[in-house]
Amino acid sequence: MTIPPVPYDIAPRPAAGTSPEEQQFNDLIAADSRIEPRDWMPEAYRKTLVRQISQHAHSEIIGMQPEGNWITRAPSLKRKAILLAKVQDEAGHGLYLYSAAQTLGITRDEMTDALIAGKARYSSIFNYPSPTWADMGSIGWLVDGAAICNQVPLCRASYGPYGRAMVRICKEESFHQRQGFEILLELMNGTDEQRAMAQESVNRWYWPALQMFGPPDDDSPNSAQSMKWNIKRFSNDELRQRFVGMLVPQAEVLGVTLPDPDLRWNEEKGVYDMGEIDWTEFHEVLQGRGPANARRLQRRRDAHEAGRWVREAAAAYARKQAAKLTETAVA
Amino acid sequence: MSTPSRTDTATAAAAVAATNAPDRGHDHNENEGHGHVEVDGVLLSAELVEGPSVASHDVAEYALWLGDDSLVLAQQLGWWISRAPELEEDIALGNIALDLIGHARSLLHYAGAESNRTEDDLAYWRTEPSWRSAHLFEQPNGDFAHTIARQFIAANYLFELYSRLADSADATLAAIAAKAVKEVDYHRDHAAQWVLRLALGTEESRARMICGLGDLWPFVDELFVDEPLIDRLDGVAVRPSTLRAPATDAMAPVLREAELNEPRGFISSGGGRRGDHSENLGPLLAEMQVLARAHPGASW
Repeated sequence: MTIPPVPYDIAPRPAAGTSPEEQQFNDLIAADSRIEPRDWMPEAYRKTLVRQISQHAHSEIIGMQPEGNWITRAPSLKRKAILLAKVQDEAGHGLYLYSAAQTLGITRDEMTDALIAGKARYSSIFNYPSPTWADMGSIGWLVDGAAICNQVPLCRASYGPYGRAMVRICKEESFHQRQGFEILLELMNGTDEQRAMAQESVNRWYWPALQMFGPPDDDSPNSAQSMKWNIKRFSNDELRQRFVGMLVPQAEVLGVTLPDPDLRWNEEKGVYDMGEIDWTEFHEVLQGRGPANARRLQRRRDAHEAGRWVREAAAAYARKQAAKLTETAVA
Repeated sequence: MSTPSRTDTATAAAAVAATNAPDRGHDHNENEGHGHVEVDGVLLSAELVEGPSVASHDVAEYALWLGDDSLVLAQQLGWWISRAPELEEDIALGNIALDLIGHARSLLHYAGAESNRTEDDLAYWRTEPSWRSAHLFEQPNGDFAHTIARQFIAANYLFELYSRLADSADATLAAIAAKAVKEVDYHRDHAAQWVLRLALGTEESRARMICGLGDLWPFVDELFVDEPLIDRLDGVAVRPSTLRAPATDAMAPVLREAELNEPRGFISSGGGRRGDHSENLGPLLAEMQVLARAHPGASW
């Protein structure tokens, strides 16, 4: 659903001296071509991608929870079907992305274990709860909307399997954002209670959605390397700015107020000026002190543990079937 | 910046489409190759089958039986998403739930037309005694083996039912069944594959599969009971008692390969078709209906 900011603790620098395969890699990047799994790549490039793609996959998987929370209570059968389809899409996105990461030499089990052990990150936005139905609207409109801004440029990411996965994902995210917008529109056209529900929800999700683009550019030390490698195409602040530019007219159509008193059109710069983002909150949630961090991981761990005997059964069955085939072949 | 006033969904959708292109005007290349991506809304309503006929009271009642079975089962399966043993299973169970909601919506839409009620009126504003689901579908998810046992029985029953209902004299029921049978055929295969894996996998999975099948089997009988309604719907409804042999025959080879015996134990007296339900239906409806009922008359 969202791309977490480029990881902080990686500071990749190619080794001095350029080997022929490194030169080939550099040429491919310079030509804005794609790197494929069998191509040589610098270890730091591989590591950055494994980190980013697996974080993205984890975000899809953890991101199923706040919306999954409302499948059983969706207020109409049509909404129930759409929400179910959306959460199912997210599982599918997780699957493509884990597969893309696997082409870089890591297994799905390793990634899952890291997630459950609390060692891997996922987008902080999913550490916020979804107490009202309007949150299904806000998540679609704001969270998926931010994800689209982040992800459309990733369709051109230099690593082939990642870029191709993103093309499929972006097509579905666009539908997700629209259904979120429609949920809010329906609420805003509804009763006073429904309108209040929509506004209250937008108030809660607006700022965390802006934080999804990551820290400001002057506090995002590794973005530059990712941009050099054509993984990242635009800076965090540029993407955030575009997102706000996209939201303002949509908010007017909805009739919701974006909860930023400083938000206004800057004629001179041709962009919206916005208020200060609370980066303390961002870092707090990132450090595990958000409202639902513990619940999200616990749910993932519980599902994983409760499903262990099923996975073991499937593996045992497959072994027995393979053994039977061998026996038959020998006989 | 001029923006349309808040009027209708069409204007709003156009506004979303117009402003949803975050890359436009920034980088020319973004709009070429794998650049800007946009998809028109998928019309889920196109999934629904609407037939030419208006149901009589009896036909509406029969449609309610089948619609309630599907909706109650879908409601249960929806819980598994984000909790399944494997990501692939989140997707598979989600798919099955989606198919079942589709069947339920078509059937409830048809059932409601006679009394001027929508699918949502029927789903959200009926209390327990007005529901017509059979007890099998109301049984809780339990562990994965219980869910699979319930799926195995349900999908085999539904497959035999819909294969015959596709020839119903009622054109709408026939159309709904013709679409549904293809989907429950997949559900049947999914359940059979898991019955085999769980029964023949590990000692633990075998014990759980035997337990799950034993706990669900008491609810098989009710599926094949002929109520008086059926006598009034000759040629329209499928007589439940005629499904017992084919459904049992369809399950037998899977049970044999899985080295499982058909459980012989309790037989529940059921009563769902008459509005007598298991204790599970009340909490299930309470959860499903809670938001809709908090906002009478609201549209979503």
